[in-house]
Amino acid sequence: MENKLLMSSSPHIRSDASTSKIMLDVLIALVPASLAGVYFFGLDAALTIIVCVVSCIVFEFLARKLLKRSNTVSDLSAAVTGVLLALNLPAAIPKWMAVVGSFFAIVVIKQLFGGIGQNFINPALGARVFMLVAYGTKMTQVSVPRGADATDAISAATPLGVLKEGGALPSYLDMFLGKIGGSLGETSALALILGGLYLLIRKVISWEIPAIYIGTVALLSWILGPEGFMTGDPLFHVLAGGLLIGAIFMATDYTTSPMTRKGAVIYAFGCGFLTVVFRLYTNLPEGVSYAILLMNTAVPLIDRYTAPKPFGGGKHV
Amino acid sequence: MKLFKGGVHPPQQKNTAEKATVPMGVPSVVLIPLAQHLGAPCQPKVKKGDTVKVGQVIGDTDAYVSAPIHSSVSGTVTRVEPVVLSGSRPVMCVEIKPDGLQEISEEVKPPVVDSRESFLAAIRASGLTGLGGAAFPTHVKLNPPKGTKVDTLIINAAECEPYITSDYRECLENTQGIIEGILHVLKWTGIEKALIGIEQNKPEAIKMLKQAVSNIPSITVHALPTRYPQGAEKTLIYTLTGREVPSGKLPADVGCIVMNVASVAFVASYLKTGMPLVKKRVTVDGSAVRNPQNVEVPIGTLLKEVFDFCGGFKSEPGKVIMGGPMMGVSQYSLDLPVLKHTNALLALDADEGRIPEETACIRCGRCVRACPMRLLPLELDRLVKTQQFEEAQRFHLMDCIECGCCVYACPAKRLMVQSIRIGKDYIRRNAKK
Repeated sequence: MENKLLMSSSPHIRSDASTSKIMLDVLIALVPASLAGVYFFGLDAALTIIVCVVSCIVFEFLARKLLKRSNTVSDLSAAVTGVLLALNLPAAIPKWMAVVGSFFAIVVIKQLFGGIGQNFINPALGARVFMLVAYGTKMTQVSVPRGADATDAISAATPLGVLKEGGALPSYLDMFLGKIGGSLGETSALALILGGLYLLIRKVISWEIPAIYIGTVALLSWILGPEGFMTGDPLFHVLAGGLLIGAIFMATDYTTSPMTRKGAVIYAFGCGFLTVVFRLYTNLPEGVSYAILLMNTAVPLIDRYTAPKPFGGGKHV
Repeated sequence: MKLFKGGVHPPQQKNTAEKATVPMGVPSVVLIPLAQHLGAPCQPKVKKGDTVKVGQVIGDTDAYVSAPIHSSVSGTVTRVEPVVLSGSRPVMCVEIKPDGLQEISEEVKPPVVDSRESFLAAIRASGLTGLGGAAFPTHVKLNPPKGTKVDTLIINAAECEPYITSDYRECLENTQGIIEGILHVLKWTGIEKALIGIEQNKPEAIKMLKQAVSNIPSITVHALPTRYPQGAEKTLIYTLTGREVPSGKLPADVGCIVMNVASVAFVASYLKTGMPLVKKRVTVDGSAVRNPQNVEVPIGTLLKEVFDFCGGFKSEPGKVIMGGPMMGVSQYSLDLPVLKHTNALLALDADEGRIPEETACIRCGRCVRACPMRLLPLELDRLVKTQQFEEAQRFHLMDCIECGCCVYACPAKRLMVQSIRIGKDYIRRNAKK
């Protein structure tokens, strides 16, 4: 028996937190938004989700194998990337494009930079922006949600598109429930907020990033209104486009967000500020993806300048 | 009261809290290491074949930072040779075969204390080292360098490690001894006041201590929030006084001396009886132990005899830890001895003892938020693993107290403290060259 005693460096006990449990919680939190997507955009939405998840998992497995690294499919991070990517695509996207997007997310952005924890931008968002550039037309043709009366069933407009191009804006209630045009998982504020609350309760995310991001967008879009100072419509800007899915699920990605609360505050404000600038002062209808990606690249800098002051004085250099 | 940042809440597991301490009989053999403290090891004062008695000095040295070693039994010396203890290089040890008579040495008599110098000399002669786990010789601690003004004696009864209840039992079973010990230390060192810090999860002990000091204005009892590592020296000082011990400095530099509650109680007992430090209250617990309890163990008793005294194992132990599960040292054999500063012996079954596989860091920041020293454990881990030791030092590697909060909190099960220990060791060795 003597030789069987295990020797190891303390501590000898661990909390039950694990990467796969965290990822599982994120998957659970994404269920309402996924169901809402399927409800409003039909089985095509379900198919898009399945294609993205399966191809992300397969690419993760193959990339790790080719790079001669340990198999990391079981940490569920590839599955999370798959769902997030799908929720950021139009339901009717040609499925081969979804496969290409999954390849870009998992292989190019994640594995070529070293795998989980090493990517410098959010894989799903990076892939979405890549697809916007590569397949612009298909990426911006959003389907009409169930229950909406539409004259043109193929290319409905997103609320932010309407804002830029002109036309009748949807009601707040439709925007809250998700009966609006958009990517398949971004439209239902209700479903996204439910998922966000679950993540908060499970302590997977903390409130700073979503609250400050959304708050900044609300405040700035109100102040910088179309009719002059403080004439904006903050509720519209909060409910429209990808803000909620971005603030709750994308900006809170651990690897590409700051580690300290102080850093999170700066980062979230930056995301909100850039989102409003993109939405109001560029030709782009939407700015959430670009705002988060830009702030992702600023995270190492933010982490450096917001590192906690060590106990007993002194600085990190 | 100032709250330190970070910390974790591991399950408390204070299973033995309500069990009165049981003295263990004379063991069949004792193995007494001659270096059980930080500082210079002792030289053997006995040789094979000598007969020794309880309380007799068997190892000592002229070095200042050291403490003598005494026999915990009467009997015959059977072996004086180096033994590899867990977590250290080979240490000279004296093995004694007890005769069972427990005859007390003529050297054992109450010391004459009439001055600060004679008090410190008595503390040295008692063999006392910090019983909370650090094993720093107490007479050195109580004699801070000239020019430092110490105004506060802090008594550490926090006992924030899971499982361990030996200090709690000390508070319940020897309340008066603790108070007497504190008064002795205050009197002879000239420190004005003493603060007893104890976690709120021990209401019975808090009540008894408060009662005991109700007429003593110089001693106050403070109930602290229950959060690991509340009992770490720096966090304890911060919570009780708001003072931060600067990087690389000692508590005395901010006017504090911290003593463990069992150490201070021992001071009173030594001044009364003259019996040096030859036995220790030890919490024996863990999923593999049949009858978890607190045991008063002669120092040098082999771990297997202590576990046998507690009914042996109910399942095969996978890991045996000396100390708590957060900072204790895993033991490679059950033939190793109980030391002066051993406060707990834990035997975990194979399942509980297993170390989970290390996976990639996801940069979630849990370690940063858990670190009571406000360091960046994930960066230190990365810097040591890539051998950037100088850079790691600039990130305050040496300020890590190795409490283990980062590793406990880590979802990727990273072995950050292990890396940090390797880094510290490398830096210390190169500094010596």
